Amino acid sequence: MNQQEPLLEVDGLHTGFTIDGDMHYAVNNVSFSVKPKEVVCIVGESGCGKSVMSLSIMDLLPKHNGKIDKGAIRFQGRDLTMLSDKEMNHIRGRDISMIFQEPMTALNPVLTIGFQMDEVLMNHTDLKADEIRRRSVSLLDQVGISRSDQIVNEYPHQLSGGMRQRVMIAMAIACQPKLLIADEPTTALDVTVQAQILELIQKIQDEVGMAMLLITHDLGVVAEMADRVVVMYAGQVVEDTDVDTLFHDPKHPYTKALLRSIPRMDEKQEELDTIKGIVPSLKNMPQQGCRFVDRCPEAMDKCREIDPQLGEEAQNHAVRCLLYDASFPNEQKQRGVGS
Amino acid sequence: MLIYTLRRILIMIPILFMVSIVVFSLALAMPGDALSGQIDPTNADPEYIEERREELGLNDPIHVQYGSWAANILQWDFGRSFQHQMDVTQLIGTRLPNTILLSVMSLIITYILAFYMGKYAGRNPYTKGDYAVQGVNYLMLAIPSFVAALFAIFIFAFQLGWFPSTGSVGSGLEQGTMAYWGSKIYHTFLPALVLGMLTTASYTQFLRNDMVESAQKDYVRTARAKGTDENTIYNKHILRNSIIPIVTLFGFDIASIIGGAVIIETIFSYRGIGELLVASISNRDSAVVMAIFLMLSVATLIGNLLADLLYGIIDPRIRVG
Ligand SMILES: Nc1ncnc2c1ncn2[C@@H]1O[C@H](COP(=O)(O)OP(=O)(O)O)[C@@H](O)[C@H]1O
Ligand SMILES: [Mg+2]
Repeated sequence: MNQQEPLLEVDGLHTGFTIDGDMHYAVNNVSFSVKPKEVVCIVGESGCGKSVMSLSIMDLLPKHNGKIDKGAIRFQGRDLTMLSDKEMNHIRGRDISMIFQEPMTALNPVLTIGFQMDEVLMNHTDLKADEIRRRSVSLLDQVGISRSDQIVNEYPHQLSGGMRQRVMIAMAIACQPKLLIADEPTTALDVTVQAQILELIQKIQDEVGMAMLLITHDLGVVAEMADRVVVMYAGQVVEDTDVDTLFHDPKHPYTKALLRSIPRMDEKQEELDTIKGIVPSLKNMPQQGCRFVDRCPEAMDKCREIDPQLGEEAQNHAVRCLLYDASFPNEQKQRGVGS
Repeated sequence: MLIYTLRRILIMIPILFMVSIVVFSLALAMPGDALSGQIDPTNADPEYIEERREELGLNDPIHVQYGSWAANILQWDFGRSFQHQMDVTQLIGTRLPNTILLSVMSLIITYILAFYMGKYAGRNPYTKGDYAVQGVNYLMLAIPSFVAALFAIFIFAFQLGWFPSTGSVGSGLEQGTMAYWGSKIYHTFLPALVLGMLTTASYTQFLRNDMVESAQKDYVRTARAKGTDENTIYNKHILRNSIIPIVTLFGFDIASIIGGAVIIETIFSYRGIGELLVASISNRDSAVVMAIFLMLSVATLIGNLLADLLYGIIDPRIRVG
């Protein structure tokens, strides 16, 4: 495959939940792409729609109220939203796998680690049971679990959070997927364990040569891991560029605010420069204008009237903010330039 | 686990002591006593009655009466039934196997029905099938068991003639033969079905709700993320979790099953403990009544213990911890 051709292409994705009979979009017209072996980080505060977006890719939304309403998710050229459950089962765990935020609840409490490890290989290979078990044990070795031959007979409650997340990682890489989606894989862990798990993910991403969609709200992690960064706010992409540009030339006021809120080792800050206000909930989403306007230090009058578009402000740097020309809708471009 | 079990058994001793006092007081509170049922008050000589009362210890202070009763029980002597003219232990021994068979069959029927109905409804919640199962559940919960028993007798015994309406075994069969046991099970089926209705309804509902809840759990999402198909997700991941509480429930229900058996046995003229209890109460056969009450209390305590121990054995989280 051509290096430039995207592995994953999310195109105009709208994912919503039915609340009191009405559809509310948690992911609103999101587009971005991931190239083979590329690490793309999705950042944004809690409630911005990062998890809903990643669950959409895997078709793992809660069935009773969640639904992809519009848009396409192309993986190696195939639109995943068009696939049947059976076809999707073929892709999940083999071509795309996922690790979740909460390792304490992600494993089945009444099945052994071994069973849960074997399951991936059972789903996607024709290997015999004893060969599968041998591989499960060596996968556990690979993610740094000692006593792996005993651990396979133990139950999740016998392992710590960090160990469980290692097991999740081992499962995720069992079939050498082309894409790993990691939804805040370290948020629920102790600080000391966080660094180890991140290091492990980085090492494995490199070994397996897979692409990764890493979801986080920690810009420190982004600096460490990302090739490319997609900033999300209130269900929309507000900025999309490579990691160096993002840190040295952030354009969107939301991105700038996020960057200001990183704690620094070298500066004695009295208090962290957190962003005032909260992410609007699905039911309180502004229907017109920029969604960040109420919290934005650079807000203008027109921000409440014109819906900013995600536009290429510079090469390889898209932004959704009326401070930039590229964000004006076509019919309003002239006015935008004039003001 | 062993220490836990021993502690639980030790705790049962004071409880049993209190239960015995309650049972004894109940027997005292029953109109009449061990003697009044045996003699015809209209033509008995008062002096003779007084003599017999003295002899039976009925004139002793209450605590002395309790003491000798309790002491006898500790030696496995529950007294004599004047109605049946035999030792109470022997009398209960002839009836108990029938009640045990009835309860066990009722539990088996309960588990089979609850497993399939609960599993179906739990996998297809909020569908027509689920509502149908829940409708059946509400009927089983709402209809009093004596009404259900009469209906069952009317339909299955009288109209359809599929099952016998009374008795616990056919006549003229030699004990212990295959035909004897076959007849027993045949006689027990209908009362067991009716007896199991209440527990079937609650176990079905329990299993369904637990499965619906488990289906939302993170570990189910993990299994889906691995590409596991829906059948395996339900049969391995969800059912394995939801079945654990169900397996242990019966321990807590032993009391209500036996309570139900009292009514069902009486209506089906099924010769078990329940029928014996009702007959003994109306005959003022207090030795039998006290023995049965005590037995039921012990069965309840043991049932609870069994449920807890079983839970510890089948749930890996408790097993090791
Ligand atoms: N199952 C759900 N039902 C209804 N609303 C949901 C559900 N899951 C998420 N949401 C809403 O969607 C929005 C985005 O949530 P989420 O994707 O979890 O945010 P993030 O992962 O960025 O923290 C939030 O407003 C959240 O309340
Ligand atoms: Mg999230």
